[in-house]
Amino acid sequence: MLVGADEAISRANGGAIANIAIFDTSEGAIVVDTGPSRRYGVELEALARQLTGKPVVRALLTHFHPDHVFGCQAFSAKVLAAPKGVVDGLKQSGEDFATAMYYLAGDWMRGTEVVLPEIIINSGHEDIGERRLRYLVLDGHTDSDLAVFDERSGILVAGDLAFLDRAPTTPHADLPAWNRSIAELSQLSISRLVPGHGPAETTPRALVQTGQWLKTLEERIMDSFERGLAMTEAMDEPLPAWTEKIALARYEYERSVMHLYPKLEADGWPRVDVSN
Amino acid sequence: MHSWILSTLAVAGAIFGAATMQVRAEGQADPLQSPMWEDMRKQFFGGRSYVFDSRVKVRVPKVVENQAQVPVTVDARGLKGVEKVIVFADLNPVQHTLTLTPLEAAPFISFRLKVEQATPIRAAVLTQDGVWHVGGQFLDAAGGGCSSPAMARNKPDWSLTVGNARGRAWRQADGMSRFRLSIKHPMDTGLTQDNIPAFYIEQVMVRSHSGKVLAKLEMREPVSEDPTITMLVRLPLSDRAVQVDSRDIDGNHFSSKIATSWKESRLRTDEGAE
Repeated sequence: MLVGADEAISRANGGAIANIAIFDTSEGAIVVDTGPSRRYGVELEALARQLTGKPVVRALLTHFHPDHVFGCQAFSAKVLAAPKGVVDGLKQSGEDFATAMYYLAGDWMRGTEVVLPEIIINSGHEDIGERRLRYLVLDGHTDSDLAVFDERSGILVAGDLAFLDRAPTTPHADLPAWNRSIAELSQLSISRLVPGHGPAETTPRALVQTGQWLKTLEERIMDSFERGLAMTEAMDEPLPAWTEKIALARYEYERSVMHLYPKLEADGWPRVDVSN
Repeated sequence: MHSWILSTLAVAGAIFGAATMQVRAEGQADPLQSPMWEDMRKQFFGGRSYVFDSRVKVRVPKVVENQAQVPVTVDARGLKGVEKVIVFADLNPVQHTLTLTPLEAAPFISFRLKVEQATPIRAAVLTQDGVWHVGGQFLDAAGGGCSSPAMARNKPDWSLTVGNARGRAWRQADGMSRFRLSIKHPMDTGLTQDNIPAFYIEQVMVRSHSGKVLAKLEMREPVSEDPTITMLVRLPLSDRAVQVDSRDIDGNHFSSKIATSWKESRLRTDEGAE
């Protein structure tokens, strides 16, 4: 696993904030997510070959967010694979993400372009070498989130359905769906859990903590909304003490207020216009 | 933080009377170091005196999620005798964003604006003594918010919902009434590539239901699509609703009536707003 920095995307980290997983198999290497840029992808591809002594036979994308998908140029179309929802998301938002990434990460992004995987992944199994991968096409963090479970070793690569000690991000989240996905992943017999961000551990703590964070978000943001706080006021509300140990808690909370408030305002207030 | 300036002004005022109010806070550097500050100062204050004042609080997010909907709160409740609040963004193509005249209202407004690039977001507050008090924050943003078409322009039937409004009001323990209101309107800037002319709500009058004018609000092009405002007004106890009447630059009038029944009141307010 390549550990992402517990930071926001910046010119210092070049967008390398997400965890990337590499599996060794007798048939070749498997990578899960390709990183934030062409430059990262090229190094990832070389590293996977160097570590395993074999070419990359499969590069999976867990979801369409830019810190996970912009290294795809380094991989051939024959190995890139993702759920249909991920490809659709990239078609729709890829160019905007690229623009935003150039602004945030600067020169690290040079030469990076959107690549659409041609192999579509559905829920089910794929045998690669001696590994039997179970694909779980879920949703909640985005419209389409892939989790990869290596059945023989018990390793779960959860993508951004799980965060650990780094606050979850919600720009395209559907909180009830996310909770359902966490419940489904919690059923697996996990020996090691690789979250999208944060350390890998032998316990499912990342799933539990992500669920707690989502519950906190829902409660605090709904309470602020019900009390009539404006967005920026809601951003200043206190967070529970346990979140003090979570990297970027306040930063992501602010972002989540901006993501989740508009829907509450559109659905949660009565019509007040009167005809003249 | 800037109390020394205020006390200097106060002392000068006491000695020389009103004439000293013509003196500008010369030499006081713009804390946000904007290349447009001198221009902004002339445009909004002319020759009148101004002071950078930490009691004018401008709250913007640390990161912009949507350049067309940046939430901003201006809070000058720390100042007495406020006549007018102007919000402007130095580096926007249209700098003037809104003007609040808080007749029977707190010098407080929360709303969202469009930004074309990273820019200072400022509030200038005119007090009865003729001094402008200036606060602000630098907002980092990728930009493009003023030159992108309104979301409504993607929908062929957008005009059917213009003027639809949603909102709610709360009586507060401190005697003020808080209301939040969102009005459907594209708020076109006239700066988009598709040549859609400017079309935005310009005048907003906030009244008690019995007809007393509580506040006036002038909005300009940078106010975000479907303006969503939060204000604090002194609604008479006998009044059961806040009435908001607005007009756009095409002469369309929109009215909203937001009930403040005691049942809906939430008295836990403002503790969080530090």
